[in-house]
Amino acid sequence: MLNRLLLLLLLVPVNALTAPAIQTWQTASGISVYFVETNQLPMLDIQMVFDAGSVRDPQDKRGLSLLANSLLDQAADGMDADQISFEFERLGAEFGAQSGYDSASVSLRSLADDARLQPALENLHRVITHPDFIEADLDRQRNQLLVALQRNQQSPSDIAGEKFLAAIYQGHPYAYLNEGTAETLAVIERADLVRFHTEFYTASNVMITIVGDTDRAGAEAIAEMITRDLPEGNRPGPVTEVKPLTAAATISIPHPSSQVHILVGQPGMRYGDPDYFPLYVGNQILGSGGLVSRLFEEVREKRGLSYSASSYFAPRRDSGPFLASIQTREDQAAEGLAVLQKTISDFVEQGPTDAELVAVKKNITGGFPLRIDSNKKISGYLSVIGFYGLPLDYLDRFNDRVTAVTVEQIKDAFSRRLDTDKFVTVMVGPVAPSATGPGN
Amino acid sequence: MLKSILAILLCLCSTLAGAQVQEYVLKNGLKLLVKEDHRAPVVVSQVWYKVGSSYEYDGITGISHALEHMMFKGTRKHGEGEFSRIISENGGNENAFTGDDYTAYFQTMEKSRLPISFELEADRMRNLTLPEVEFAKEIEVVMEERRLRTEDNPNAFMREIATATAFQTSPYRQPVIGWMADLKSMQVEQLRDWYRQWYAPNNATVVVVGDIQADEVHALAKKYFGPLKKEVIVPPSFRPEVQQQGLKRVVVKRPAEVPQLYMAWKVPGLISVRGENAEVEAWEPYALEVLSGILSGGSSARFESRLVRGQQVATSASSGYQLTGRLDGLFTVGATPAQDRTVAELETAIRQQVDELRENEVSIDELQRIKAQVVSSEVYERDSAFFQGMVLGTFETVGLGWQLADEYVDRIQQITAAQVLTVAQKYLVDDRATVALLEPLPMDEAATQGPTTKGDQNAE
Repeated sequence: MLNRLLLLLLLVPVNALTAPAIQTWQTASGISVYFVETNQLPMLDIQMVFDAGSVRDPQDKRGLSLLANSLLDQAADGMDADQISFEFERLGAEFGAQSGYDSASVSLRSLADDARLQPALENLHRVITHPDFIEADLDRQRNQLLVALQRNQQSPSDIAGEKFLAAIYQGHPYAYLNEGTAETLAVIERADLVRFHTEFYTASNVMITIVGDTDRAGAEAIAEMITRDLPEGNRPGPVTEVKPLTAAATISIPHPSSQVHILVGQPGMRYGDPDYFPLYVGNQILGSGGLVSRLFEEVREKRGLSYSASSYFAPRRDSGPFLASIQTREDQAAEGLAVLQKTISDFVEQGPTDAELVAVKKNITGGFPLRIDSNKKISGYLSVIGFYGLPLDYLDRFNDRVTAVTVEQIKDAFSRRLDTDKFVTVMVGPVAPSATGPGN
Repeated sequence: MLKSILAILLCLCSTLAGAQVQEYVLKNGLKLLVKEDHRAPVVVSQVWYKVGSSYEYDGITGISHALEHMMFKGTRKHGEGEFSRIISENGGNENAFTGDDYTAYFQTMEKSRLPISFELEADRMRNLTLPEVEFAKEIEVVMEERRLRTEDNPNAFMREIATATAFQTSPYRQPVIGWMADLKSMQVEQLRDWYRQWYAPNNATVVVVGDIQADEVHALAKKYFGPLKKEVIVPPSFRPEVQQQGLKRVVVKRPAEVPQLYMAWKVPGLISVRGENAEVEAWEPYALEVLSGILSGGSSARFESRLVRGQQVATSASSGYQLTGRLDGLFTVGATPAQDRTVAELETAIRQQVDELRENEVSIDELQRIKAQVVSSEVYERDSAFFQGMVLGTFETVGLGWQLADEYVDRIQQITAAQVLTVAQKYLVDDRATVALLEPLPMDEAATQGPTTKGDQNAE
């Protein structure tokens, strides 16, 4: 019955899957705004994305960007955290502050009626433009980060992730946690926060996304309103480049867990990478296809070795990590690692089969409507398109570019971009301590 | 295993515009709920079975979840792995989750693909093959899942023991993933029995939300699910929790870095408002929901404001309340002490907050804040078709009826400060409480001296 069904579907042309119409302009002070109007729900999602992620941390003060971002709503314009949060929450608005490697952002979700929206926007404007950075708040937030860092050390997964980043990025800002370290957090002072905010939370250094129930004029007014009196500032300079690995490294960290967490990988790709589509489509076959991928098949379905088995490229402004991972009990760790390595190297050497590529293209293109089926998801795409400078028709052309990828392109891209002979391997769990290569 | 996520999602935000939901019942007893949402050309399809860990008994804990895994291992018509391959080739997202009171399977797909989901789900509702060789591998995967989520996670390990301590006779004491010993002794024949017993149209609810027409979905359901045979369903025997006779305390020692406190009070859920249980007023569960919002429904709520920022005795503290269970559940508080503060100090501080709720009415500002948040959430959650399906499926499957979800916002709006005071006095008392604490043991000597660090794990 299903075969007949599939046949029927092939005969029906896939309905025109239109990507959302993105409107874009610059505010009076030159800030780029990306706007999608959706009127079905009376709500709005607004993000302000600053080029103020941890790549902007001074070397000896790692964690500064995260602290500055998380302290914005703790005191502003004479209001304390109780007053600021109550002001959002009494309106039913949701404020968020997010800090990553490349960017730091704030977000607001609010009902669209002016009685609720306008005071919420005022409050957003307040925390962005006039944070007070009170000493006591800094001390408290720092202590919280120290507890978080300490807690990471009881999680084999967190330890493995931390060691992996340190080993593949070798001193680049991507090598560190956004939280910094106990040592670097200890020396951060209020003056550092003020300086960081003055330098990076500026009109030259921010883009805005707006999705929801307003029109162009309304969106323009919102953008002007929340960015008024942001100082012009300057574009920050480039960040040092990620360097490719020069030799393989294996790092084993003993931990009193029952499983060994096994991670392998290297620096991967960037947004706008010329190899983006072959690497993305190829990895969907290798390890990211949900319940269907080579790694899932080899590690879990055939051998029952691990609950999760996956690989991903996490693109960033510079090369984000390529990471493949599994977790398995002590006596299966060697087998698990061998299967993981062989599955990846087979794929890098031989590429996918024609049938695999056909299937994955159906998966990606057939699932396209799911990528943009909510305001939240559209908002996410806008910030990536805007912050990383992807073309405005990125979503419109997405399916065509996936369809154009060939087996040869995937094979070529994987063999050029993944150097399995120089992979970093991290094992955390009931293992003997050892370390080889420059990962030390 | 989405249990904890669900608890969060359903806290203070579960509601639906019920008027748009269409209900159908097929001749074989299958219930179909359809909610049209035309915002995007996408459809979410969920099949909910009335079975979960609270249906289990000693010796077979975890069997519902293990069976969930095996549901991807093939039928007579579609062999091992074919289900997922077909969904994948149709661009679908799919997975499944097991809770105390339900096991559910879902696909999100472009709207024209709904028949594919129905055909496959109907097939595996009655025709699963459960091959021995696949089970032998998959139970290993489940044990790895347990190691990953529970054994090697000190906080989760402690919460599992705390829950088993709080409940003495209620099946809610059993972990969804099951005790390791039961997983090790589990046999595929037991799964075959479990499958035959619970997987039938008259024990299932199909929930569809998306860009579809309700009557067309009904026709599709009749076509695919209609021919399935009914089963005689014997509901699980009702074993209520015995009345607790005093505070319970439990200490869990485990290699860890940071201590953790967990407090749980036995409280009624919406389920206890129904039927003959006259001791629970209809508004009480909603008052408990508001109470949870007073403590941790935002950054201005009391825990953040007073314990994290004011006294700085906690780095984090949050409350949770299980509104929608098949049986009465828990009101919980989980908290982590701040640096240089002890768990004892933290417990004292939380108890002070609970005492205050029992002594004084909450402020009008706090009540209004929670009510505004509920009104907004009702709109925000409609940004997710999947979430809307979750709410319908949960209410229906635990036996509350999906219609009740529709009352949520109004019921919360009617709660008064006096009612919040009443439920605090009635339920947040020591004779209903369990206090659990994670007491960190030193991490293994070898583990504190990794080769890439010189003695200090925090250094790069």
